[in-house]
Amino acid sequence: MPDLLGADRPLAAVLVSLVAAGLMRVCGRYPALRESCTFGAGIIKLALVASMLPVVLAGGVVESSRLSLLPGVSLHLRADPLGLLFALVASTLWLLTSVYSVGYMRAAGDENQTGYFSSFALCVSATIGLAFAANLLTFFLFYEVLTLATYPLVAHNRTPEARAGGRTYLVYTLTAGQALLLAVVWTQSLAPGAEFRPGGLLPPGLPTATVLGLFALFVVGFGVKAAIMPLHGWLPAAMVAPTPVSALLHAVAVVKAGAFGCLRLVGYVFGVDVLREVGADIVLAVLASVTILFGSLRALGETHLKRRLAYSTISQLSYIVLGAALGSVAALAGAMFHIAAHGFMKITMFFCAGAIHTEAHRDDVTQFGGLGRQMPITMTAFAIAAAGLAGTPLLAGFISKWHLGLGALEAGHGVFIVVLVLSGLLNLAYFFPIVYDAFFAPAHGDVAPERLTLSAPLAITAVVALLLGIMPDFGAGFLRLALSAATSVVAGSVAGEVP
Amino acid sequence: MIAALVVPLVGRVSARLAHGITVVAPAVALVCAVMALRVALDSGPWHYYLGGWAPPWGIEYVVDPLGGGMAVLVALLATLVAIYAGPHLRALSPRRAAVFNSLFLLLTSGLLGITLTGDLFNLYVFVEISSLAAYALLASGGERAIVATFRYLLIGTIAASFYLLGIGYLYALTGTVNMADLAMRLPQAGGGSAMTVGVVLIVVGLAIKMAVFPLHGWMPDAYTYAPPPVTMFIAAVMSKVSAYALLRVLFFVLPRTGAVETALSVLSWVAAGGVLAGSVLALAQTDVRRMLAYSSVGQMGYVVLGLSIGNAAALTGALLHIMGHAVAKASLFGAVASLPRDTVQADIAGFAGASRRAPLTMAAFTLAALSLVGMPPTAGFFSKWYLLQGAIEADAWLFAAVLLVSSLLSAVYFFRVIEQIYFAPDPAAAEPDRSRCHPEVSLRLLGPVITLSAAVLLIGLFNGWFVTTVIRHALPEL
Repeated sequence: MPDLLGADRPLAAVLVSLVAAGLMRVCGRYPALRESCTFGAGIIKLALVASMLPVVLAGGVVESSRLSLLPGVSLHLRADPLGLLFALVASTLWLLTSVYSVGYMRAAGDENQTGYFSSFALCVSATIGLAFAANLLTFFLFYEVLTLATYPLVAHNRTPEARAGGRTYLVYTLTAGQALLLAVVWTQSLAPGAEFRPGGLLPPGLPTATVLGLFALFVVGFGVKAAIMPLHGWLPAAMVAPTPVSALLHAVAVVKAGAFGCLRLVGYVFGVDVLREVGADIVLAVLASVTILFGSLRALGETHLKRRLAYSTISQLSYIVLGAALGSVAALAGAMFHIAAHGFMKITMFFCAGAIHTEAHRDDVTQFGGLGRQMPITMTAFAIAAAGLAGTPLLAGFISKWHLGLGALEAGHGVFIVVLVLSGLLNLAYFFPIVYDAFFAPAHGDVAPERLTLSAPLAITAVVALLLGIMPDFGAGFLRLALSAATSVVAGSVAGEVP
Repeated sequence: MIAALVVPLVGRVSARLAHGITVVAPAVALVCAVMALRVALDSGPWHYYLGGWAPPWGIEYVVDPLGGGMAVLVALLATLVAIYAGPHLRALSPRRAAVFNSLFLLLTSGLLGITLTGDLFNLYVFVEISSLAAYALLASGGERAIVATFRYLLIGTIAASFYLLGIGYLYALTGTVNMADLAMRLPQAGGGSAMTVGVVLIVVGLAIKMAVFPLHGWMPDAYTYAPPPVTMFIAAVMSKVSAYALLRVLFFVLPRTGAVETALSVLSWVAAGGVLAGSVLALAQTDVRRMLAYSSVGQMGYVVLGLSIGNAAALTGALLHIMGHAVAKASLFGAVASLPRDTVQADIAGFAGASRRAPLTMAAFTLAALSLVGMPPTAGFFSKWYLLQGAIEADAWLFAAVLLVSSLLSAVYFFRVIEQIYFAPDPAAAEPDRSRCHPEVSLRLLGPVITLSAAVLLIGLFNGWFVTTVIRHALPEL
């Protein structure tokens, strides 16, 4: 029997929301019951994930391997530091987003809420699954489930525009999925089992062409979800989704799955050294830098708040990719920490965008005058998150940026610090006019009072972003997890080909 | 084992009395086939000599893991389709219903016979039995079906003649038509031009039966206009059984020498072309049934590609795909046909908002469609995985690319329908929704469809079990 409260906790954490998704379908006609499913599952999941924290912080892992998928490869879940970090972020934010979703969807009077909440739960299941995946096949399985489960959310509004957005999303992600599948099968034939290992799983002595070809396939596979330019086209199109969807999926689950994939790829599939030998690390770093800067520039040109946030996400995600490409301890730790930091900050901003949309009925940043006085909680949170994304000290974004900069020096590529600084300035340029207008420009008309279900989650995430900046190990020890994962990757890489 | 063959035959005689027997007969056959397969897995192939005549003179039946596995698949689908056919039969006059029942059982026993026979000529007899039953069943769908079936009849007869001629050449070479005996004698007979001709004829004959591109011309019309349960069964099983026959002949009977190797490499290119052409043609269809039919052309290409790559992984993929595709296609055709509709046509536009009218049926449709696209964790994903692995191991990168491109194409044509089902407004939404009170469609239609699509998921999740316990033992020694 599976030991769901012991060694099989990773499996249990995946199953909780899967079961909840099914239950929601069944009791879809009773909104209160349905939503208590969401909350119940959210709390249980968070508790399960958090309960694994002490073990992992103490240097252990929680493993569960129950089902044989292929001869020699099973559905293998393992809570290691990196996976746990991602799972913690995802499950915390799911719970907060559920609160927010209830408020948002009720305010919007949406008709298809059952489909919405159950797809949402399915997405989170997939995210937790891929966070804990211990081999490439398991990872791929959840990666594709995530793709599918997100599609109904993107097309949720059922307008022609939403359906077009959904189609764009599918074209990009399914194509990437096929590239990834080829890469995964290829890896499987090179290294049977394809189990993630800090420092890389590939056998030594592969020809350069093989490594490069494989790496290119993987980068296309993950690059689409991580929205590395020029593979980012689906993300702005997917902003037609309801705001909580954009918030959780496009700031946290889906895009982070891509970025997380890049980290797994560099640290646990290839190993930093192998990539450095063939020169792939610099290519990836340059791609990431171009995306960081170009994404910020495009964000400047957008006046629709959600689209601006989308481009900002594209740019910020590449921080993570850049950190992975640099591959030194500090850079990797910075990149991993940025999963958490960016998650909390960006979700705050999306929550704000949604609150402004439902209560002030405004989407265009040129009309935000006076909102700071009318929606003080929302706009204060927005300001905190904006400052954090720009990398202001005492906020979460600073910690990751600091480590990334340090890592660039360690890796001997100091030039990338310039990219980080420039991007910080661009962040200020596209966020601060909004904050300034909100607080100091004349008002544009009346606004409904702030709803608690909407403003409470965003206040909490903003406060967490602040706390993470002052005490990076606050609560869950995100930085410790990141550092321990980064150290093991680099150590595994240096130690070389230990089986 | 013998019961698996005899029960449907007995059933045929008394089927005029009740539809019940049509359901029970394949069910009994299913139980027998499962038992026979277990015996075959535990203690090696099980031989039965018809009339007590030992081969090579008498006709031999063999249950080995491969044939037994196919028999289980055929019997399973026959049972489910027989249940599904219930409401359809009620609409017919008793006389025609009786004809349907007996033809259906005849078809099933023909197909079971193909999977279990150990004799090439006997295989031809069963091919003809099943084909004749299939012609009659397909033609019962109205005027257009008759025309479509007539085409199939002509082409199918040519195919069978090709096959028969091929056997004739082999018989002339060796003096036997028993499979095991042939396998022993052919290497000594040497690979003259007679053998080459024989191989080519057999392969072409079976390829037509499988509707391998470009020999698929008969199939889309036949599938589109036939009565729903018939399409469901024939689309799912018939081409699979021919694929089985091809595998049996190429890998178990013929020696792997020049002619067979050439046949395989020609087949691989034909299959790759078929995979792409089938997908592209499916894309061009507006009638969902035709789309599914062309999709079968593409999907059978997967199977042939797996056969022709011919290493262990690829063959595993091909066999798993035979299983997964049979189940998924049956579910798809079943779901399409059971959707209550005003028109006879099954246009994509007609699926608008169907998820509200028939949520469970459409969920089954979606799941089965995802399997054909090859999304994890369905059966289709894992067969694609093995096929890809086989292609990579054989350094056949082009074929790997073909597989991936075709999954994308099938994603396009299936998501066109899925989008309509879930996200298009329902034209009938204005009417008061009565479906809340009763189940969306009759349970006898819904049950088999749901069972099949659940099987798609289960085969996917537990494919490790299937592969290690059955398929691995079914592979030829390479």
